[in-house]
Amino acid sequence: MITAGIDMGSRSVKVVLLEKSKGDKPYALKHAHLMLPGELDADEAAEKAFDEALAAAGLGRSDVKAVFATGAGRKQVAFASEGITEMSAGAKGANFMFPNARTVVDVGAEEGRGIKTDAEGRAIDFAGNEKCAAGAGSFAEAMSRALQLSLKDFGAASLKSERTIPMNAQCTVFAESEVVSLIHSSTPKEDIAKAVLDAVASRVCAMVRRVGIEGEVVLIGGMVHNEGFVQSLKTAMDVDQVSLPEHPEYISALGCALIAAERLH
Amino acid sequence: MIANYGYKDGSGDYYISIDTDKCIDCAADRACQTACPKEMFETITDDYDDEVTWVKRANCRTLAYDCTECKPAGGYTSLPCTSACTPGAIRHSW
Repeated sequence: MITAGIDMGSRSVKVVLLEKSKGDKPYALKHAHLMLPGELDADEAAEKAFDEALAAAGLGRSDVKAVFATGAGRKQVAFASEGITEMSAGAKGANFMFPNARTVVDVGAEEGRGIKTDAEGRAIDFAGNEKCAAGAGSFAEAMSRALQLSLKDFGAASLKSERTIPMNAQCTVFAESEVVSLIHSSTPKEDIAKAVLDAVASRVCAMVRRVGIEGEVVLIGGMVHNEGFVQSLKTAMDVDQVSLPEHPEYISALGCALIAAERLH
Repeated sequence: MIANYGYKDGSGDYYISIDTDKCIDCAADRACQTACPKEMFETITDDYDDEVTWVKRANCRTLAYDCTECKPAGGYTSLPCTSACTPGAIRHSW
C-alpha cells in the first residue's frame, strides 16, 4: 500500500511516497521529491510535483491509496483527501526518524514553530508565530542578500565569528536597517551573519520555550542546512545536542504520508 | 494538546492557549464562541478527528488589538471567553 504526503511550503513543494510493507521495517520510502514552483500557481505546482514524483518512482496515480497534504498551501492541493496541520505532520515525521524525540523545532521559509510530541508522534503542545517572519528562514535569506552572501556562505561565515552583537529589531524591515548600519560601521560580514542568525535563533527559542524543552530535541525544516543557525539555536536553547535529519525539508511530507498510512490501516 | 494561537512581536507575547483535552466534548456547550464579542473562536475537527475550538486564523495575527475591548487599559477582573469556558481550557498569555 502506497501513500503520499505533500508539503506545500511557501518556498518549495515536497512530495514523499511511502510504501507500507510487511517485512521487518513497517515502511519503505519509494521516493522523495522537491520542486521549486517558480511561476506556477500553487495548485499547478502541487499537480506537477506529484506527477514528477510518481514518474520518478515508476508509479501511476492509481497506485497511491491516499494523498494527504500539509504546509501553508495545503488547501491548494485539490487532489489531497485530507489536510494535516504542520504541527501534526512535523511531530509524526520527526518521531519516525528519531523515536526519542519529544521536542521538535520546525524552521522553514515562512514560519518557525516549537512542538512537543509524545512517544507516538502526536503533537501535544505547540506554538508558532502567526505574524512575524523574523523567526524564519526568509528572514535569514533577506539578510544574506543584504550582505551579498549566498545562503550557504552566510551560515559558514557566522561560524567564523566569536563576537555577539545583539540585534534589537523584531521586524525584518527594521532588522535590515540594523544590518545596513553595521555594514556602514565596517563590522565584518562574519559578525553580522552571526548577529542575524543569533536573532533568528532567539525568536525561535522563545516559541520553543513556550511549549518547554524536554527529551531529545530535533530540528526539521530547510534551516537545518544552515550550520550557523544550528549552532546559534543550540546556544540559545542551552542544549548540547540537537538531532538533525539527513533530509530535513522532507520530514513534514513524511509525517503526512505516515498519518495517511495509519488512517488507512 | 495545548494549542497556542498567536504571535510574539516587539511589544510582547500575545497567545491564546487552548487545552484541547478539556475542550473535547465541551461541558459548556462552546459558550466561548458566543461570549467573545469579536467572535474569534470556532469549532474545527483537528488532526486527531476531535471536535475542538480554535482561534480563527485571521485573528491569530491581531490578538493584541482584537482583545482590547475586553482588556481595557484601566484594568479588568475577568474575560468573557475564560469565564464562559467553565472547563478552564482557555488561557491568555498577556
